[in-house]
Amino acid sequence: MIAYIVRRLLYAIPILIGVNLLTFTLFFVVNTPDDMARMQLGIKRVTPEAVQKWKAERGYDKPLVYNEAADGAGKVTRTIFFEKSVKLFALDFGRADDGRDIGHEIKTRMGPSLAIALPVFLLGLFVTVTFALLLAFFRATYLDFWGVVACVALMSISSLFYIIGGQYLVSKVWHLVPISGYAGGLDATRFLILPVVISVAAGIGSSTRWYRTIFLEEIGKDYVRTARAKGLSELTVLFRHVLKNAMIPILTGVVVVIPLLFMGSLLVESFFGIPGLGSYTIDAINAQDFAVVRSMVFIGSVLYIVGLLLTDLSYTLVDPRVRLQ
Amino acid sequence: MPIILWTDALVFLLVVCAAAAGRYVSRREYLLSSWRRVGESRAGMSALTVLAVFVLIGLFDSLHYRPRLEAVAGEQANGYSTEVRSVLDTLLLPLKTKTEKTYSAPLATHLYARETVEMPDGGQARVFPRLKHGGIHLPDPAADWAGDVAARILHGVALAVLAWLTFTAAAVQATALHWGMRWRTAWRRIWRGETHFAWNAVLVTLALLLFLAGPLVTLAGGYHVFGTDKVGQDVLYLTLKSIRTGLVIGTITTLAMLPFAVALGIVAGYLGGWVDDVIQYLYTTLNSIPGVLLIAAAVLMMQVVIDTHPDWFATAAQRADARLLALCLILGVTSWTGLCRLLRAETLKLREFEYIQAAQAFGASSLRIMGRHILPNVMHIVLIAVVMDFSGLVLAEAVLSYIGIGVDPSTISFGSMINTARLELAREPVVWWSLVAAFAFMFVLVLAANLFSDAVRDAFDPRLAGRQIAPATQGQAA
Repeated sequence: MIAYIVRRLLYAIPILIGVNLLTFTLFFVVNTPDDMARMQLGIKRVTPEAVQKWKAERGYDKPLVYNEAADGAGKVTRTIFFEKSVKLFALDFGRADDGRDIGHEIKTRMGPSLAIALPVFLLGLFVTVTFALLLAFFRATYLDFWGVVACVALMSISSLFYIIGGQYLVSKVWHLVPISGYAGGLDATRFLILPVVISVAAGIGSSTRWYRTIFLEEIGKDYVRTARAKGLSELTVLFRHVLKNAMIPILTGVVVVIPLLFMGSLLVESFFGIPGLGSYTIDAINAQDFAVVRSMVFIGSVLYIVGLLLTDLSYTLVDPRVRLQ
Repeated sequence: MPIILWTDALVFLLVVCAAAAGRYVSRREYLLSSWRRVGESRAGMSALTVLAVFVLIGLFDSLHYRPRLEAVAGEQANGYSTEVRSVLDTLLLPLKTKTEKTYSAPLATHLYARETVEMPDGGQARVFPRLKHGGIHLPDPAADWAGDVAARILHGVALAVLAWLTFTAAAVQATALHWGMRWRTAWRRIWRGETHFAWNAVLVTLALLLFLAGPLVTLAGGYHVFGTDKVGQDVLYLTLKSIRTGLVIGTITTLAMLPFAVALGIVAGYLGGWVDDVIQYLYTTLNSIPGVLLIAAAVLMMQVVIDTHPDWFATAAQRADARLLALCLILGVTSWTGLCRLLRAETLKLREFEYIQAAQAFGASSLRIMGRHILPNVMHIVLIAVVMDFSGLVLAEAVLSYIGIGVDPSTISFGSMINTARLELAREPVVWWSLVAAFAFMFVLVLAANLFSDAVRDAFDPRLAGRQIAPATQGQAA
C-alpha cells in the first residue's frame, strides 16, 4: 500500500513538470514579457524605459531559460524559467502585481473557500443521491418520468440564472439574508446559507440524472434479482445492495473533486463577495495578474493529482476485491 | 461586397459536412435504422424543430457583407463601409437602427426613467418622455395602446395559423404520397402518432413556435417587444444576434476538438506501446489543470496577442470574429481529453475482435485498419459526445463571458447580454427584461439541445438500445 502510494506520487512528477512547461510556454514564450509590459502599460505611448522598469519590478528582466551573463549555477537559476516556474515546486509563488505575497493570500483565502465549498459538496451529494434513489425506486412510473423531465429542465438553466435569480428573490425581495459579504466565525453562516443553497440547487439536475443512470444499471444486474428472489423488500435491495455496489462509479466522480474544494467556486464567490480563492482568481483574471493565474493553475493540478490518488485509495475502502500493489 | 469571416467559413464547412454525411447515411440501410429510431422519438423531434429554427437564424446571421457606401452628392459611389453586416442584420434593420435613449419596458411607449423636459409655457416638469420609435404611430398612447397591441397580436396569430396550415398540408401531402394513402387517412395517422417519423410532435412544436413568433413579428413592427437596454438597443435584436454566437461556440469547438480526440484516441488504443504512453501522458497533463483556469490562461494570452497586433484585422468585426474563433479553438483543445479517453478504451476492446485480427492476417496496414475498420465502429461514441457537448458549451459561454474570458465585448452573445445586465435587478425600479429575454432564449436552446442529444444517445448507444426498465412493483410481485 505504502509502496503503491509512493509510486503514484512519483508518477505525478512528470505530469507536474508537463503542467509547468505548459504554463511557462503560455505565459512567457507565446507572449514575451515585453508584450505583457506593453499590454499592461497601454499599447500606445509606451517608452522602452517604462517597459524595462515594469519588467525589473516583477523580476522579468532576465533571459528565459539560459543566462549567459551569470556564472556557475547562476546560468540556470538566474532565469525567468527557474525563478518563476521551477520555484512553484517549492510552493514559492512569488508576489502578485499589487506586491502582496501570493502564498500568504492563498493560505488566508483557503478558509472562506472551504467554508462554502465543503457544505455544498456534502449537502449536494446527500440531496442528489437521495433524489436519485427515489427516482430509481419509482422507476418506470410517472414520478420517475416527470422527475427526469425536471432534471433535464433544471440542467438546461444557466448557473448564472440560479445565482442572479436567487440573490434577487431571497435577498432583495424577501430580505432574508444579506446580498453579499463575509464575516469570520459563526457570523459567517448568515452569509453562507444562500450561496450554499443556490449551488446545491444548481447541481441537482445533472447529478441526479447521472446517479439515477448508475443505480438503474446496477438494478438490472443478476445479484439484484437474487436478492429479490430471497424475498428482500425493494427498499432493502436498494439500500443494502444497489447503493453499496454503485459506490465505485459514484466514488470515481466524487472523490477526485474533494481536494479541489480548496479552490472554491469562481462564480459563487465573486457574486456573493466571499474572499476565497475563487474570487481571488477572478480578480486576477480581470486585472490580468498573470503571476496569480499561474500559481492557481499549478495548485489546481497538484490538487487534482492528489484527488486521483485519493480515488484509488477509496476503492480499497468500498471494495475489498481491489488491492493496490 | 461579401465577406467571409473565419467562423462563417467553418459554419458553412460544417453544413457541407452535415449534408455529405446525410447523403452517405441515407444510402446505407444499417446506418439509417439508428436515425429512424431518432425520428421516432417525440421529444427528440420536437427538440429538433426548435433547433432547426435556431440554426436557420444562425445561418442567416452567418452570411456577412460590407454594404456599399451611398453616393455623396456630386461624387461617384466608391468603396464599402467598414461596418460588417449579416443578412439577418438586414432583415432586422428596423430593429437594429431604431435605438432609444435608454431603458424602456417591453411594448412601452414611454421611457422608463423620468426626464426633465421644458414645457411649452417655459416651465420645467419631470415626465416620462415618449419613445423615439416605440409606439410612435399612436397619436394618443394612453387611449390607443391596448387596442393597437391587441390588433397586432390578432394579426400575428392569423399569420401563424396560415403558416401552420400551409406547412401541415405539405407534411400530410408528403406522407399521403409516400405511403400511397388517402389524405384523410394520412392526417389521422399523423394525428394519432401512427407514423414512423414523429410528425405530430413536429407539428405541435411548430404550432407553438408560430403562435409565439407571429405576434412577435407583427408587434416588432411598431414596438420594442422585449424593451430596450441601457443604451437603447432593442433587446429582441440582441437576443436574435446572440443565437449565432451560441451555435458557433457549440459547433466549431467540437469541430476543433474532433480531429485530436479521434486520431489520438484510436492511435493510442490500437498501436499501444510508447505511442500510447505519450498520448496518455499528454491528456493526463491537460486534464490535471482545472478547465476554467486553463481556458483563462489561454484566453488571457490570446488577448495579449490580439491586442499587440492591431494591424492584423481590417475591421472590428474581423477582430471580434478572430477572438470568437480562438475561444472555440481553446475550448476545443482543453476539452478533447474526455472523448479521447473513451475512444482509446473502445479501440482497446475492438482491437481484440476477430474481424480486426482477420484484417491483420490479410496484411492490411495499421492505417487502413484504423481508418476502415475501427473508425466506423467508434463513430457512435463520437456522435453521442458531439451532441452531448453542445448544450454544455452554450452554457459555458455565458459563464466565461461573465468571468471576462469569453467573447469579445463587441460580440453580441447571451453571456455578454447577461454580463451587462447583471446589475439591473438591483436597480429601483427593477429592469428585468434583458436578463429574462437572454435566459429564456438560452434555456430554450439548451433544453432543445439536451432533449435532442438524449434521443440520439438512446438510439445509438448499444448499451441502451432496446433496454427496458422494469418498474419496481413488478419486481416485487416476481
